[in-house]
Amino acid sequence: MTAEVSRGGLVLPSYERPRGAHPPLDFSGYRSTALRHPQQPLVLLPQRLTEVTGPLLGNDLITPSDSDLTTQHAGEPQGQRIILTGRVLDSGGRPVPDTLIEIWQTNAAGRYRHAREHHPAPLDPNFTGIGRAMTDAGGNYRFVTIQPGAYPWGNHHNAWRPAHIHFSLFGRAFTQRLVTQMYFPGDPLQPIDPIFNSVPDPKARERMVAQFDIDLTQPEWALGYRWDIVLRGPGATVFESEVDDQ
Amino acid sequence: MTEGLTPSQTVGPFFAMRLPWPDGPFVVPEDTPGAITIVGRMYDGAGNVIPDGLVETWQADPAGRFAHPDDPRGPAAGYRGFRGFGRCPTAVDGSFRIITLKPGPLPADGAGAAEAPHLDVSVFCRGLLDRVVTRLYFPDEQAANEADPVLASIDEARRPTLIATAEPADLADPAGPGTVLRFDIRLQGDGETVFFDV
Ligand SMILES: [Fe+2]
Repeated sequence: MTAEVSRGGLVLPSYERPRGAHPPLDFSGYRSTALRHPQQPLVLLPQRLTEVTGPLLGNDLITPSDSDLTTQHAGEPQGQRIILTGRVLDSGGRPVPDTLIEIWQTNAAGRYRHAREHHPAPLDPNFTGIGRAMTDAGGNYRFVTIQPGAYPWGNHHNAWRPAHIHFSLFGRAFTQRLVTQMYFPGDPLQPIDPIFNSVPDPKARERMVAQFDIDLTQPEWALGYRWDIVLRGPGATVFESEVDDQ
Repeated sequence: MTEGLTPSQTVGPFFAMRLPWPDGPFVVPEDTPGAITIVGRMYDGAGNVIPDGLVETWQADPAGRFAHPDDPRGPAAGYRGFRGFGRCPTAVDGSFRIITLKPGPLPADGAGAAEAPHLDVSVFCRGLLDRVVTRLYFPDEQAANEADPVLASIDEARRPTLIATAEPADLADPAGPGTVLRFDIRLQGDGETVFFDV
């Protein structure tokens, strides 16, 4: 049921524009936006061939330990083991198969393994905190990892980020590219986190929060969390400026 | 019934743990005949370089085709090692580079109309809550650029922010291949790059 638009004699899919779903680029609560957001209005770009296509990256990028962050070293990492799974869908409800997901996160103590990380929490020699997976034919993905910790940052006095995992997704088209963060349910830091609350719609914020799932939880082994990711789907509207020589 | 979109969030300061790939800047292998190098720096609104940014590029092959099922013209010719996609984090001096082949023109609306050769560019960094998108056009395509429908939609004074410049040969990396083009990205202020709502 892809919305299609004729372009240069070619029939191409079109993708909805994400009005209001994403945070504003100028958001004073997050100080680093001040000098890094464009001040000129964005120019409407009709979706043509370059925008409705995108890199289709192969399974050759992936090894089994890429999706199990607890098995990337000789020993087991410290912390609460979790299973994190869900589906990648578009907003029309269609699964997005065979798409690359890349993740990065802190260890259980809230420390990233990165040269510019200064939080005085311990590194874990058995945890790097990076992963990759491809969705299957039904759009499903699965990671095994460690519950990440909260960490302080310099945005304001006593600022702490709620626990989160960074996610990067390609989808099947340039228009679907998404980088986001997944949060955990019941975290008391969420209501006071500027980055979480940069998303204007409270319902949309909740879509960044995974759900605990007892059926996914494995006895004597790991807690289960479920998180679906929704990318832009078929466009509902063809803008007048996009209608061509029909 | 449509599903609500998952909102964007910033890549933050630590994306370099995962997102850079060893071969990320290489849309084609460096020794590919005809390969060009695109270099640039990313700047903030105070004119300071951005050392924690990420640039991604997506483009057609030299025949103007995409290896993708939604290119209705069918399979691309298959340029050896060409993947269309490039990714490069910025260095401490804000610099990035992409090694690629110049794309061909693309069909556009109307008989005989074409989009000038271009790359779509995504920009990410700490302090950007969503990616911003721009386009890179080529300086040796003056006629095609003048006929390009996207460039035509932009205020003439701002158009040059989208057109790469030829880098003088003596500044070219002697180890780098062929033509070197410069494409600086200014997120804010004087000479702010044109960004698109895609
Ligand atoms: Fe983070």
